[in-house]
Amino acid sequence: MGVIFCGVDYRWLGEVKNAMNNEKCCDLSVLDLVPFGQTGAESIFYALRLSAPNWPAWQPGQFVMVRPHSFGYEIPWARPLGICHMTTQHLICFFQVLGRGTKRLSQLRPGEQVAVWGPLGNGFAIEKDRPTLLLAGGMGIVPFVGYVHRHPQPWNVSMVFGHRAAVDCYPVDSINERIPLDSLRETVPGDLDNLIFTLQERIHDCADQDGLVLACGPRPFLRTVHRFAISFGARAQLSLENQMACGVGACLGCVTKTSDKWADKRHKDGFVQVCTKGPVFWADQIQF
Amino acid sequence: MDLSVTLRGQRHNLVLKNPVLTASGTFGYGLEYAPYGDLSSLGGFVVKGLSLTPRLGNTPPRIVETTAGMLNSVGLQNDGVEYFLSETLPKLPWRETAVIANIYAGSTEEFAMLADRLDGEEGVSALEVNISCPNVKKGGAQFGQDPVLAAEVTRAVREGAPHKHIIVKLSPNVTSIAEMARSVEKAGADSISCINTLLGMSIDYRSRRPRLHNVVGGLSGPAIKPVAVRCVWEVSKSVGIPVIGLGGIVSCQDILEFIIAGASAIQVGTANFMNPAAAFELVKDLPVLCSELGISSIEELTGSLQIG
Repeated sequence: MGVIFCGVDYRWLGEVKNAMNNEKCCDLSVLDLVPFGQTGAESIFYALRLSAPNWPAWQPGQFVMVRPHSFGYEIPWARPLGICHMTTQHLICFFQVLGRGTKRLSQLRPGEQVAVWGPLGNGFAIEKDRPTLLLAGGMGIVPFVGYVHRHPQPWNVSMVFGHRAAVDCYPVDSINERIPLDSLRETVPGDLDNLIFTLQERIHDCADQDGLVLACGPRPFLRTVHRFAISFGARAQLSLENQMACGVGACLGCVTKTSDKWADKRHKDGFVQVCTKGPVFWADQIQF
Repeated sequence: MDLSVTLRGQRHNLVLKNPVLTASGTFGYGLEYAPYGDLSSLGGFVVKGLSLTPRLGNTPPRIVETTAGMLNSVGLQNDGVEYFLSETLPKLPWRETAVIANIYAGSTEEFAMLADRLDGEEGVSALEVNISCPNVKKGGAQFGQDPVLAAEVTRAVREGAPHKHIIVKLSPNVTSIAEMARSVEKAGADSISCINTLLGMSIDYRSRRPRLHNVVGGLSGPAIKPVAVRCVWEVSKSVGIPVIGLGGIVSCQDILEFIIAGASAIQVGTANFMNPAAAFELVKDLPVLCSELGISSIEELTGSLQIG
């Protein structure tokens, strides 16, 4: 999950002092908010750096629910944000301003408190000896920052990155330092054909090498990856970014359709939560 | 500070260690929230709606965020009552807190079968009868909008589960919620919970398409609280059985408002999505607020509204 399209209130926490901090759900301080790409009022891409929660066991591909206290009652849902990177010093998330929630996130100031719960969901498979192809669409690049840092043999990993905004709007630098990254920007319609062709070629090659394909991005991008992964028989995982309200498996709003390959027979050809059963799914176990 | 409440039903009482329950459909089967607090600290929790056989639920998109609220059209996706009883219930702390089974069926006969199936289950403290879901084609709202059908369903569940406290959950999408309340009381309900969601709709003005696949859905969250308080007040004036109030509760102040309006207990719903520790925090903070206000028992506050 890269960034989330949907968007929450903690005023009651202010009214009655009761921040009940536990391991999974805590108030974190905003350390800073750094615009990427175009700076100033124009920017819509931000790295949000928060004080570190105590989550030593997090996995790249997991996400967090982030809800600034300033959401008040007006914006009820937290925003699910992919974990970009986490150290003992900080938690870094990344988002693009798309609606009222992410707009409000972009107005956060250092020192402000945000409620955060996580780490949520599963993570991407790390199979260190296997050639691994990362496919990122736009904000889908976010979880791969942590992934390439965590991977013990980065020389087995490469990336294709499709995006619309200028490449400097995205956190590519730390990925570029470690693995070869092919950046394909879509500015005119023909560029999309080029991206699709590249995806086809690279997924095909990866399948031939018995490699691992990992993808994260918007739904049309994942649909294309899914189609090629199935037709070439590639081992592939896709990270979905559906709208969600709770992040803990209760609201049943983020569900996605499974295939007949889903392991739990109760939910074959049924709906499962992206937040708790994903956000990373094996391609053959879900339908598009 | 005495937080305990007893819901004195026509046939069975329901004793709760505190008045904070969680609302059906917002708290999974409880286990989803176990990492965020102590389930047994709650007054109880109402599990996600159970049906006789598993239900797939509606096609996504199922939820939309609105101003101070949300719409949902989940359509009662669940694994069925048998799975709940064999796999989930044994993991729940039902000896320490009330586990309430919310039940949904498409016909009176099915409601009776569900009630019968649950009646002997020691781990289930009460049944909450869902006659007010706006998101299913069959049953649901249709039972909840007709006082005669609502009474029939209530009677069927009452007879099917003679050993359980029966709560009937009412819809606000009616001309007179007081009339519905009187009807289910006469049919044997032990208590009434209100309100379920308000029917609503949201449109993407660019694509001119509804934001929910189901077109319409149920509105919940702080936005509906004034409607819910009014309904609790009207219902509690109209019946002799206890009322469980819900609709947009996020704070302890909200809880007191519902109780003063006439509720004996409350349910926390959408707030669980806004903060997974919300219900646990409310249980912890309620006695603090009560003592600040000099309130020594919840029961004495119920229906203490002063008019004029």
